[in-house]
Amino acid sequence: MNWFKYSSPQTFYPLAGRMVPLFFALAALFAIPGLYIGFFVAPTDAQQGESYRIIFIHVPAAWMSMFIYVVMAFWAGVGLAFNTRLSSMMASALAPTGALMTFIALWTGSLWGKPTWGTWWVWDARLTAELILLFLYFGFMALQAAIDDPRRADKAGAVLALVGVINIPIITFSVQWWNTLHQGASVSLTRSPTMAATMLTGMLVMALAFWMYSIAASLLRARSIILERERNADWVREWREAAP
Amino acid sequence: MLAALRTVIRRDLLLALRNKSDAANTLLFFVIVASLFPLGVGPEPALLRGIAPGVVWVAALLASMLALARLFAADYADGTLEQLALAPQPLAALVAAKILAHWLVSGLPLVLIAPLLGLQFDLSGTALLTLMVSLLIGTPVLSLLGAIGAALTLGLRASGVLVPLIVLPLTVPVLVFGAGAVEAAAAGLGAEAQLSLLAAFLLVSAALSPWAAAAAIRIALE
Repeated sequence: MNWFKYSSPQTFYPLAGRMVPLFFALAALFAIPGLYIGFFVAPTDAQQGESYRIIFIHVPAAWMSMFIYVVMAFWAGVGLAFNTRLSSMMASALAPTGALMTFIALWTGSLWGKPTWGTWWVWDARLTAELILLFLYFGFMALQAAIDDPRRADKAGAVLALVGVINIPIITFSVQWWNTLHQGASVSLTRSPTMAATMLTGMLVMALAFWMYSIAASLLRARSIILERERNADWVREWREAAP
Repeated sequence: MLAALRTVIRRDLLLALRNKSDAANTLLFFVIVASLFPLGVGPEPALLRGIAPGVVWVAALLASMLALARLFAADYADGTLEQLALAPQPLAALVAAKILAHWLVSGLPLVLIAPLLGLQFDLSGTALLTLMVSLLIGTPVLSLLGAIGAALTLGLRASGVLVPLIVLPLTVPVLVFGAGAVEAAAAGLGAEAQLSLLAAFLLVSAALSPWAAAAAIRIALE
């Protein structure tokens, strides 16, 4: 199978159209059991009571916020290196979803912090790093929005995304660097997790749901970007005439 | 190669010398912003000592953001940047020379005047020295990172607001460790760890950001 067949906007557009409902359905499929485990199956935390249950939203959103930035920088870098239009469009399509995930992580973290730490916001390393990540997303979107020529917007955004990706390791290691109020990471690949197995299952299922949602939402946005950029292309005109 | 770099540096310094008010304005902005804080938070010496490292560092950060507008804009407008991009020497090296000249004009004066601001905030001798050293290591990083932002926004309408928007988040580690070094020194602890990290940032950004800025300039010139 020739994967590069789908690297042109013209062939990718209908493929993305078929994939969007599929990934939205998968997101719902994971979210329903994930939320059920989170709210009904997972035990009440001995110290934090019921308020800890927000982690089933908070942790997946925080994971996705960082992961999407890396994926965005990857596609932007591919677009810059190989001059492929679709890669750059994908990077632009990912940015708002990444910013949304970052915002959800900050918001739910704040909701969790009030009953647990007694404050809406602390200037802890991970919170601050997440906030800076939000600023990086906003900077990327603001730069692309300020440039009228889409090709230059793609490339300039790519340089900024690649520079900004340096921030991702800083986020990950900031826990060790500053080590303040925020608890250390509870999930680790190398040692056994310090939380109940059902909690971990719920969180992982929710992470999959967030992942599927992010894919669906970015593909949907990528379709709009393709239509906007290619509005004068022949295939778009044919497609519009064929559509009812 | 070295001759070309020397020419670029000498040209930019000469231009700055012929137009002294530009550099002076940046310095003045730095002093005024830092002097506003005691008026805002009150004159208690203990409070001022506490906030001094952060205030002076943030003021330096903002001042260097303002100065970035001058880094490439005039050369972009009159076509000099295009000539530099066509030169046989690598553009990244020429950009590095421009950044160095820019720092000598806009960054170094901030370092030299900072102790005076520190005195206003009642900092001790070692803290003043650490403030100078941290700014000496940190402000070149600001110029290097800022050059990327200045190059990316060349010729855009809203570049004045856009540059701080995209560069400031990237400068957070510099601010944290720059102000942290002064705080550690003021508390009687050694500041070597923070200064070493700042120096590491300087080395990494000096190695990478001229390339990124050169790439951004080529994108803007296309």
